[in-house]
Amino acid sequence: MTVRTVERPLAVEQRPRTGRRRQRPLAGLFQAAVTPRVILIGMCVLYVVPFYWMATTALKDNPELNIYPPTLWPQAPNPGNFVSAVRYIPFPQFFINSVILTAGTAIGAGISNPLIAYGFARIRWPGRDLMFAIVMATIFVPFPVLILGLFDVFTKLGWIDTFLPLIVPAFFGNPFYIFLMRQFLLQLPIEISDSARIDGARELQIFWHIILPLAKPAVAVVIIFAAVAAWNEFLLPLIYLQDESRYPLAIGLQFFRSQHNVQYNLLMAASTLVVLPVLGLFLAFQKFFIEGVSVGAVKG
Amino acid sequence: MIAVPRRLRLGKKDRSSLLVALPFVGPWVIGFLAFTAYPIYYSFTISFTRYSGFGEATPIGLTNYQHMYADPLFWKSMYNTLYYVALAVPVGLVIAIALGLAMNQRVREVAIYRAAIYAPSILPVYALTFIFIVLLNPRFGFLNYVIVTLGGPSINWLGDPGWTKISVVILAQLGAGGPALIFLAAIRGIPSELYESAALDGAGALRRFVYITLPLLTPVILYDLILGLILGLQIFTPAYVLTQGGAGAGAGQYVAGPDNSLMFYVLYLYKTAFQFTDMGYASALATVLFLVSVVLALAIMRTSKSWVHYEVT
Repeated sequence: MTVRTVERPLAVEQRPRTGRRRQRPLAGLFQAAVTPRVILIGMCVLYVVPFYWMATTALKDNPELNIYPPTLWPQAPNPGNFVSAVRYIPFPQFFINSVILTAGTAIGAGISNPLIAYGFARIRWPGRDLMFAIVMATIFVPFPVLILGLFDVFTKLGWIDTFLPLIVPAFFGNPFYIFLMRQFLLQLPIEISDSARIDGARELQIFWHIILPLAKPAVAVVIIFAAVAAWNEFLLPLIYLQDESRYPLAIGLQFFRSQHNVQYNLLMAASTLVVLPVLGLFLAFQKFFIEGVSVGAVKG
Repeated sequence: MIAVPRRLRLGKKDRSSLLVALPFVGPWVIGFLAFTAYPIYYSFTISFTRYSGFGEATPIGLTNYQHMYADPLFWKSMYNTLYYVALAVPVGLVIAIALGLAMNQRVREVAIYRAAIYAPSILPVYALTFIFIVLLNPRFGFLNYVIVTLGGPSINWLGDPGWTKISVVILAQLGAGGPALIFLAAIRGIPSELYESAALDGAGALRRFVYITLPLLTPVILYDLILGLILGLQIFTPAYVLTQGGAGAGAGQYVAGPDNSLMFYVLYLYKTAFQFTDMGYASALATVLFLVSVVLALAIMRTSKSWVHYEVT
């Protein structure tokens, strides 16, 4: 894995080196350079081993899966398993479905959340703070409590077994992303908006021409988070989709499990293919992920 | 906060500011009514009826709730879920703080470690569950290989009802990287002068952690506890995937894992609603889940006054 090694400070400024000064050179060096690395590498191993096991199992041939002790490296790595896995289920169809759901949700989140957050962050109106408290309260409503009612809503709309129940709600905002966007918009000086208002600009124009260009990093965070969440979503497609041709990968991959003899190497090959796009997105946009998560800590 | 507007009749200026805000906040209001408020109302009202999802709902008063009281699977699934939450939330909290502290070490390549620990937390849970099925295989899995090599017993992680929930708790720890980053940001926000003066007073690393770091992390701990609790009560995907969602062997039955040890509350709710189309009873289950979540979250909030510090005292 190639990871950008540039240490980026989080939202908060780094504090300068503190603590004990180096009295004894050798012991000090050990304490500063070796101990933390041993701990960190040990922790990383725990988090990387499952994926190492996934990738190596994906490359093993059937007989090798039943060897004890298990082989730590495939005797004869067989990349053909990936081809078999893709052919074993209608993988391309599931993949396209996942991409459509992910793209639709990301677009919806990218449009709705900046708009809504702007209304809470940069316009004064009576009842605003109470309404924002309600937005925050919805974070704590357990989602399964809503699924029966949502199923009823989408049944009445005739949307069951379509992609619509999975995509359309994204166009109405999500409390986490509204909060994240609002935090960002509050930081922009109010004078920017005031001077535009004096010039006679309307609020939507200010939003579109002035604020949105400044808020691009935060919008990117929302789009990326929403895309990953949609790609990973399991319960919703399980409920709303019935026809196999509309399954995303999350549901489609269950076919590997419903057989009597589960082919673990193929299951791991398919899992690798599902995980890789998310890892790729993470490596490409690492700083957005890390800064986006950190917003949660700055809350009042 | 404006709990009650001072004047009931809005002035002209207020009315026009509402009109300005409407195009921005309007979508959220519609979404809130359609996708949150109505579904809560729906579950509540349907819970007093017998309803299959089609045709008319028949009012039956409190029958669903009476049935729940006598339903061993309701209690079993509630027990399984609370058992899981009682284990997964504190374990997750300790691990997230430990990871956050480790990520704060001044090591040049710390960004690599941080990425490796955080990345699993954004991967799909169903895929992680597949990986665990292979990793935790009692005979050919890596975990038991390590344990047995070190002289430990061979554990039937996913076949022994005493271990299945522990397995899901371990699985959930792959997601600890997200909360760890929040703790990391909070740790970095602690003013360095506090540590400097403590060091001058001769306080060691452990004392500095207990008397400075930990108290200043308590607001984040509270947030993490409540969110962990609410999300923990919703645990579904690993149980569904591990038990094949009722496909295969247990098809058409209320079965989830050995001795129903993986019948979590939301899995039971899902099966009741969508495999057995008993919407009335499922709605009653949903209403109770809502109440349990609110009561437990409020209980934590109430205790928080005594242990959450917003500044060093």
